[in-house]
Amino acid sequence: MHPVIAISSLSKRYDSGFEALKGVDLEIDRGEIFALLGPNGAGKTTLISIICGIVNPTGGSVSVDGHDILADYRAARSLIGLVPQELTTDQFESVFDTVSFSRGLFGKKPDPAYIEKVLTDLSLIDKRDNKLRELSGGMKRRVLIAKALSHEPKILFLDEPTAGVDVSLRKDMWEVIRKLRESGVTIILTTHYIEEAEEMADRIGIISGGRLLLVERKADLMRKLGIKQLRLELREPLSALPAELQGYDLTIEDDGKTLLYTFDREGERTRITSLLADLQSAGIRVRDLDTKQSTLEDIFVSLVKEQA
Amino acid sequence: MNFQAVKSIYAFEMNRWRRTVLQSIVSPVISTSLYFVVFGAAIGSRIETVEGVSYGAFIVPGLMMLTLLQQSVSAASFGIYFPKFTGTIYEILSAPVSFFEIVLGYVGAAATKSIILGTIILITASLFVDLRIAHPFWMVAFLLLTAVTFSLLGFIIGIWADNFEKLQLVPLLIITPLVFLGGSFYSVDMLPPFWQGVTMFNPVLYLISGFRWSFYEVSDVSIVWSVAAIGMFLSLALGIVWWIFKTGYQLKS
Ligand SMILES: Nc1ncnc2c1ncn2[C@@H]1O[C@H](COP(=O)(O)OP(=O)(O)OP(=O)(O)O)[C@@H](O)[C@H]1O
Ligand SMILES: [Mg+2]
Repeated sequence: MHPVIAISSLSKRYDSGFEALKGVDLEIDRGEIFALLGPNGAGKTTLISIICGIVNPTGGSVSVDGHDILADYRAARSLIGLVPQELTTDQFESVFDTVSFSRGLFGKKPDPAYIEKVLTDLSLIDKRDNKLRELSGGMKRRVLIAKALSHEPKILFLDEPTAGVDVSLRKDMWEVIRKLRESGVTIILTTHYIEEAEEMADRIGIISGGRLLLVERKADLMRKLGIKQLRLELREPLSALPAELQGYDLTIEDDGKTLLYTFDREGERTRITSLLADLQSAGIRVRDLDTKQSTLEDIFVSLVKEQA
Repeated sequence: MNFQAVKSIYAFEMNRWRRTVLQSIVSPVISTSLYFVVFGAAIGSRIETVEGVSYGAFIVPGLMMLTLLQQSVSAASFGIYFPKFTGTIYEILSAPVSFFEIVLGYVGAAATKSIILGTIILITASLFVDLRIAHPFWMVAFLLLTAVTFSLLGFIIGIWADNFEKLQLVPLLIITPLVFLGGSFYSVDMLPPFWQGVTMFNPVLYLISGFRWSFYEVSDVSIVWSVAAIGMFLSLALGIVWWIFKTGYQLKS
């Protein structure tokens, strides 16, 4: 199947001379949830803005469902809904009017029943006649989502959708996004919250300094870099590793009160049993132990550090 | 052609106006009445007639033009500046609309507003003086063309302006003086020869002159010049707007 979005050697140099994107290649599959992860200033918003027609690219090309975003912008943009990072709203408009306005802009006939459904899904229906300035920040964020959904897009961009949204609301929002995905909508989101990408995404792209560092299926990524650590709390502090333990990847922490054993979960043998036996023969007594799997966060931090 | 989008932008702008319609109408009506009191009564009692037209009636086309120009520019410039300022412009830029459709929506709404106000001025004026319109077709044509041209100009100013000062400066420093010095309240013949020459460089003179001709068949310059002038402004404004969208000037980085 063709990718729903194909980005090739996309670059962007702002008028200031700053290079926000340095040749990005990326294909988004139809119907997936793709999370774009990256630190502040990585180029996430720039990338999304180019695809949506808000920023002009300097080089490269993007096609959306086979339509070039410049030559065939009408067809490309009709498919896309965008929830921007900034909370920008017409303060004096009512919720219902502003969402209906978005639908009209995208060339769709008015459909009050559909707008009401979108507002209901986003728990905004009580506020339908309120002016936007009367809403809280989290509600405004949901209005922006409703605006993006108002024209029944096939592709939805969410630029940091959960910034400033409380936990219960965040859950509701994920519910809405899951439902959208089930109905066949492709979703591309950016986030700083790694747990979010971990929880929601099918694939994850890591961007930093205008370059895509990595694109992987989430499961592969977790597996590939799936390092685990065994943490051993010792009864008596240890100043140096005894000879029996030199063959293991061990580090001493907490003034010798903790031993950290790093192993590959996917490896043939984890050597945990023999480590425990060697500990005993070295006369080291263990008070407590637990294991920890490296999270996306660890992967992310190490990748971005590596690049810097 | 995305008519739905044009309709949406137009309706959005007209709704925004409707919310403050009272002040939008009251202020030009009051200022027109004041002009009549000051110019019509105070000066009119000394001038009586200009080129065979009573002074009160003589200034009506100029007053309408003043309102038309000011309101077109302010409505259109504010209409496009505001979404730029608040950031909601992202939605228009990301929508499947062409520049022509965007302009049609914003400029159409601004021109509609100023034509409504111009008509209100005409009605208010008719309470003070006897009006006669010799060439209704040309009168309407000048009204429409001027409203559209200056709404386009306002649109350009709204895109160019990156702060509120600039947004207000151009109408205040350029439009209003040009209208006052363009023979709104006097015939150019009443000026000393040097200033007559200078006035000929004022583009607004050609609009007012043509507009007044459609009322009373008296004009400072030939009607042909007036029609040519408005045609030139219109093409110039369209050209600049086209360039703005072509390059994304002040809209896209
Ligand atoms: N209009 C602009 N002119 C000049 N530089 C810009 C402009 N917009 C963004 N940049 C720069 O481009 C870089 C990428 O910005 P971008 O907004 O894409 O980052 P981001 O990944 O979305 O960051 P965040 O997570 O903070 O939202 C930043 O260094 C930013 O300063
Ligand atoms: Mg961003």
